[in-house]
Amino acid sequence: MASPHPETWVEVRPQGLYVVPGDFYVDPLRAVDRAVITHGHSDHARAGHRSVMATVETLAIMAHRLGAQPEQDKRALAYGEVMRVGETEVSLHPAGHVLGSAQVLVEYQGSRIAVSGDYKRRADPTCAAFVPVKCDVFVTEATFGLPVFRHPDDRAEIAKLLDSVRLFPERCHVVGVYSLGKAQRVIGLLREAGWHRPIFVHGALQPMCALYEAHGVPLGDLRPATAGAKGSPKDEFKGAIVLAPPSAIIDRWARRLPDPVVCMASGWMRVRQRARQGGVELPLIISDHADWDELLQTFDDVGAPEIWITHGREEALMHAASARGYRARALALVGYEDEGGS
Amino acid sequence: MTPFANLLDRLIYTPARNTKLALIVDYFRHAPDPDRGWALAALTGGLSFPGVKAGAIRDLAMRRVDPVLFQWSYDYVGDLAETTALIWPERRTNRAWPTLGEVVHGLQTTARADAPDVIEEWLDPLDATGRWALLKLITGGLRVGVSARLAKVALAEYGKVDATEIEEVWHGLTPPYGELFAWLDGAAPRPDLEDKPVFRPPMLAHPLEDAEVAGLDFDAFLAEWKWDGIRVQVVSRAGQKRLYSRTGDDIGAGFPDVLDAVSFEGVLDGELLVGIDGDVRPFNELQQRLNRKSVTAAMLRKHPAFVRLYDILFDGREDLRALPTMQRRARLEAFVERHAPQRMDLSEVVDFSSSDELERMRAGARGTSTEGLMLKRRDAPYVAGRPKGLWYKWKRGPLTVDAVLMYAQRGHGKRSSFYSDYTFGAWRENPETGAAELVPVGKAYFGFTDDELKLLDKWVRDHTVNRFGPVREVEHALVFEVAFDSVNRSPRHKSGVAMRFPRIARIRWDKPAAEADRLETLEKLIE
Repeated sequence: MASPHPETWVEVRPQGLYVVPGDFYVDPLRAVDRAVITHGHSDHARAGHRSVMATVETLAIMAHRLGAQPEQDKRALAYGEVMRVGETEVSLHPAGHVLGSAQVLVEYQGSRIAVSGDYKRRADPTCAAFVPVKCDVFVTEATFGLPVFRHPDDRAEIAKLLDSVRLFPERCHVVGVYSLGKAQRVIGLLREAGWHRPIFVHGALQPMCALYEAHGVPLGDLRPATAGAKGSPKDEFKGAIVLAPPSAIIDRWARRLPDPVVCMASGWMRVRQRARQGGVELPLIISDHADWDELLQTFDDVGAPEIWITHGREEALMHAASARGYRARALALVGYEDEGGS
Repeated sequence: MTPFANLLDRLIYTPARNTKLALIVDYFRHAPDPDRGWALAALTGGLSFPGVKAGAIRDLAMRRVDPVLFQWSYDYVGDLAETTALIWPERRTNRAWPTLGEVVHGLQTTARADAPDVIEEWLDPLDATGRWALLKLITGGLRVGVSARLAKVALAEYGKVDATEIEEVWHGLTPPYGELFAWLDGAAPRPDLEDKPVFRPPMLAHPLEDAEVAGLDFDAFLAEWKWDGIRVQVVSRAGQKRLYSRTGDDIGAGFPDVLDAVSFEGVLDGELLVGIDGDVRPFNELQQRLNRKSVTAAMLRKHPAFVRLYDILFDGREDLRALPTMQRRARLEAFVERHAPQRMDLSEVVDFSSSDELERMRAGARGTSTEGLMLKRRDAPYVAGRPKGLWYKWKRGPLTVDAVLMYAQRGHGKRSSFYSDYTFGAWRENPETGAAELVPVGKAYFGFTDDELKLLDKWVRDHTVNRFGPVREVEHALVFEVAFDSVNRSPRHKSGVAMRFPRIARIRWDKPAAEADRLETLEKLIE
């Protein structure tokens, strides 16, 4: 018997992507009975589901961000572990996006679909690397689905930051980072580059850093970036690197810092006008998403003849995938935004 | 190309002037010749490659990139050079990055039809930043926030000479400025300017503060009207004629009517004005003719320009700058008598018998295309820069209105965390409904202290009713006393009026918004 094509058993519903024979949603946009969650960013991991399946790290991130949700039935799945759900078999595989992020592989009567959530292909000291999984349909994001987005080597970007710290020793470098993933990755990259001095972190970033450390990701000497507030001396921050959420780096919070060089770590920094509009003085092109070349490379790596695109700039990616001989389809799922900070 | 690309990439993100200076000086120190000279030319707008048009860059991209993907990318990025730089699919090559000198030489010696092939070969070895810098250089318009003046200040800092010395030699030099750098490096004497129509840094005036008036010895000063135009320097030497702005920009292309009339040799200082037979038109008519690369015949007819002369720096080739004001004045009068230059007249000396009389004249200066009075010490030589105690501008008092804060925008650089740019409005009746409404009449971002800025920033945050990116719309509840020099009609503004030089004179925390001024009040002040 021929395997049924995934389009006969996976549906796009208002709640999100629904696997009929398993009776579950992947990253549903509203509360459902049964959900499989790829990763902890708030647009993918929402509150109120009756049962949730995810990696142990993602469950911990959700508990931290959404509260304990005691009535919820939680099931932790290790990478590669297979679980029977309804008539399907579900397994999670590293997506390389943030700690605990996973692609969801669903197999039904010999037909396989991999829902990748958000993913990247670069090495990241703070999470497991992406593993290509053979499948019939690969469901991809398209956050950087334009050929102008080619992320440079992240080590060179970190070197740019450290050069600037040397050039302006009297100033403080404040780096805008999203709290889940980017903050810890930038810290990890700084440590790899030999920066072992204390790194100061905004209060909003501290709990997630602690969570990463509790899950075995060492981040070194982190200190609260609260000194310097209310008239105490700013000297401590001279020559220092401070991490803060993007909303804080050019707002009132940053006034406590000595003549800060405003930096921002994001894949969007590739486009100059975008970086300038944000008042950024030193853009760092560091992204937790696949860039254009990596998106296309991934299609080749997973060997799926068909690509479904969930969110981002799907038209350009569809165009390019079709030109390379893939069947490409946009799912037009609304609701996934860029909380993860690209 | 590498140091130049890195320099541009840092400059474009750097708001602070001193940081920009440090970056440029550092570049001059480390970049080789002739690259740094070409870079200087590019920064000061002195380099152009008219043979390569934007279309050629687009065609080049099309050689390698799917046109559909290119168009979508261009729509997103919004800049052709940057889109091409980012999207360019590199091919492996053994070539090294081209140097700036190679690029300039290559473009100058390549036929227009072959230019794309040459550029394509340069693009492959470069990275995205290098390609962006190359394409920006080729297509012109670097837009990295560096004025020619700033580049010259950086040169002065690099060579440890006075910025006026750079200004003096600047217009006698051409890219790649080998002799300039040789001089600044101490390897050659100062470049020879004998036959060059160079710019001479002008003498500038201090504002005369109210508190100083009583102590000033008016008898030691010559008084003139302060004309409401722009300060210019007319230079003619060895048959070459130039019209320079106060900052040394060559603005001659926009004023052929003035330059054509120059039939003498010398350097004159005066005010560029629009008008016929000495009848001066308001500043906004002159404004129509500023910042233009060329000018239409209709414009020349409608807004004819002339120069009202008030000083002479060179009579022929004789340098008069060391002479006292009164002697230069006599030489200027004789010069005008001798040459009877077209499109020029003399700024009259204002006679006065007492400081009281002068003060009355200053107050009455409104409505005569003047901004007040100039006071020049009778025995002063012509000194470049802004020397103390020699020249004063004594402006008439500003006009003021009470206006209501409507929008606040984030500032730049050090002020980027503050809402520091304020748009304010005056009351009028809505032409259709008859209801009272505010209409924006101006924008100001100074006139308050740092402490007041903190209070204003807080007020804006606490009274926001709407947000548009960096702009917040606020409740109509805070009144500013706005000072300004004059007000003109302006069809470009919804209110129909435009203020000159508006600033916040006082924050009227006490005043109810409903009691702020009406638009008609402003309209009555139009001269």
